[in-house]
Amino acid sequence: MIIDVLDTAESFAGVTRRTVKKVPLLRGRTVVNLFFEASTRTRTTFELAAKRLSADVLNIQMAASATTKGETLLDTLANFEAMQCDMFIVRHDRSGTAHFIARHVAPHISVINAGDGSHAHPTQAMLDMFTIRRIKGDFYPLSVAIVGDIAHSRVARSQIHALTTLGVNEVRVIGPKTLMPKDINALGVHVYHNLEAGLRDVDVVIMLRLQRERMDSELLPGELEYYQQYGLTEEKLKAAKADAMIMHPGPINRGVEIESAVADGPRSVILQQVTHGIAIRMAVMSMTMGSGLDLGTET
Amino acid sequence: MNVLIKNGRIIDPANNIDEMNDLYIADGIIAAIGSPPADFVVEQKIEASGLVVCPGLVDLAAHLREPGEEHKATIASETKAAVKGGITTLCCPPNTTPVIDTTAVVELIHHKAELSGRTHIHPLGAMSKKLEGQKLSNMAALKNAGCVGISNHWFPLKNTLVLRRALEYAATYDLTVFLYPEDHHLRNDGCVHEGIVSTRLGLPGIPEAAETAALAQQLILIKETGVRAHFCRLSSAQAVTMIADAQQAGLTVTADVAAHQLQLCEIDLSDFDSHCHVRPPLRTQRDQQGLNNGLVNRVISAICSDHQPHEADAKLKPFSDTEPGIAGLETLLPLSLRLFHEQRLSLPELLSKITSEPARILQISAGTLAIQSAADICIFDPDHYWEITPESWLSQGYNTPFIGWELKGHVTHTFIDGKLVYQYQP
Repeated sequence: MIIDVLDTAESFAGVTRRTVKKVPLLRGRTVVNLFFEASTRTRTTFELAAKRLSADVLNIQMAASATTKGETLLDTLANFEAMQCDMFIVRHDRSGTAHFIARHVAPHISVINAGDGSHAHPTQAMLDMFTIRRIKGDFYPLSVAIVGDIAHSRVARSQIHALTTLGVNEVRVIGPKTLMPKDINALGVHVYHNLEAGLRDVDVVIMLRLQRERMDSELLPGELEYYQQYGLTEEKLKAAKADAMIMHPGPINRGVEIESAVADGPRSVILQQVTHGIAIRMAVMSMTMGSGLDLGTET
Repeated sequence: MNVLIKNGRIIDPANNIDEMNDLYIADGIIAAIGSPPADFVVEQKIEASGLVVCPGLVDLAAHLREPGEEHKATIASETKAAVKGGITTLCCPPNTTPVIDTTAVVELIHHKAELSGRTHIHPLGAMSKKLEGQKLSNMAALKNAGCVGISNHWFPLKNTLVLRRALEYAATYDLTVFLYPEDHHLRNDGCVHEGIVSTRLGLPGIPEAAETAALAQQLILIKETGVRAHFCRLSSAQAVTMIADAQQAGLTVTADVAAHQLQLCEIDLSDFDSHCHVRPPLRTQRDQQGLNNGLVNRVISAICSDHQPHEADAKLKPFSDTEPGIAGLETLLPLSLRLFHEQRLSLPELLSKITSEPARILQISAGTLAIQSAADICIFDPDHYWEITPESWLSQGYNTPFIGWELKGHVTHTFIDGKLVYQYQP
């Protein structure tokens, strides 16, 4: 299934390089970007993906609190259903929201998870896999390290899910115990608390964003200590393989989790990840609302 | 009304009775077992061959939502569900609106219970004013008004000093304290057990230590103050071990478990099923086994429904925003019976956990078939499978994960004070 998505995205990646970037697969369909949490990258790449598939796009940015005040989440959705929308792209700060919505909307409506709480961010993980495959080829010999706030990261969970499914050699998670969820090793990863030990001979380094509200709390003492222990610098990166690629789902905090020299360096693929996000989201949307793939004609 | 319950298997754990016999009710009390009392004229006859005749069930915890949350349930609606489940006596926690911290609220509940004319209701009083955890409630007055004990429910006490003083003050009036072991800070904003499932689903977890750290602290202060204490709703195997140790060391503490904890564990919520959102959370399979073992080893002496009816909307949200709780009155008996059907407890032993033992914890004269006691009786078919369906459901709250389950053990008749208040109509 993941491989199917990656292969489909590969065909769309060609489309996005053309001067006329549209295909008519979702012409006449209406896609609602329903974001209950702030997002730039994910929302815009979903929007671009939908437009390149010729769908009509509605962007709805709602504070999650708006639904708790007045109408319920399901009422909000019922209204969009009544407007004959065909697909919901949902981002919400509560784990399980996309599942919840998918269970309660009419059966002909597609629901795509664009990030739910600390649970999952499937399209992000797929675009990361797409990026890894483009650069490294086969998955099975790879050692991949994921660094940072594993506990609160939906991206990390989806990446672990994808990497273990694709059969990579090893997945490591690196971070202090306060940012490590309980029993994480049950997901098939190795846990490291020392950055250099964890980076030893890895092929791929995935840095996670560390939210500033975690700082100066019972979770972490502060930015300086975190950067000293877990910030990715050229120096620390020497432990990894010479051709190790550096990834980050964004937005990056320079000087908190990653040094600018690394983020902007030759091994960084952070901006390619963003570009690949469009192809992956085109693939996911077209496969979900599937009307058969015919990429031959440009419109 | 003179009632003859004929040919039933009479099981009365309080009096060590387990025999096939006839039971006679006259003037609302149990008049005789075996041969009829003098001048007994049968006015109503229940044929009970193949059925078990036992004391009406005593439920240690059922939220009736009245006063204050009548959109969820009322005393009238829930006592109907209770008698369908064979429950003739129940204890309601103090977290109503307003909370049960004045005699007026106690009287209101007693009055409504009388109006409904079904299950006997015994309220618990609040341990602190408004359950705010700061100032002691009027415990003496609450006791005199009829509260069978006091509790701060899941609401945190401000600090250990308030806990110590509350225990001392309750002990002054020989009141039983009903403690919910949960460290508020360790619970944090958790909604499920902290473990593999919380990690997989990205849901905020409640560590086992939230229960055991609070329990350890409470055990020390119970010993210190000499108060009679009961622990409500255990959820971890470790807590069972700690209570067993305390009991062995001579501390007379008791404990209960919610019936759903015996059947479910964290794996059951892995599809974000909000009906499995309960407090304390469903923990691991090992914990589930530990709770079942605790009943078999008599460390835990009672099973309760922990009935918490909700309106549909309370569960129609993303998981962590939903309200915890299961509507459990109608499934208390069949869920409990599983320990019997799995041959882990004899039928009399199992029934003691939902009749005589909870009555003993509440220090009330219920849960017995002793001659001259009130004729509160449950008659059930222990081998009858039935499917839980919305159509057969009487509680105002339909929030149960057991819809669609086939459970074994079905109530056929319920008597309260000698009056037939429920009869199964196939």
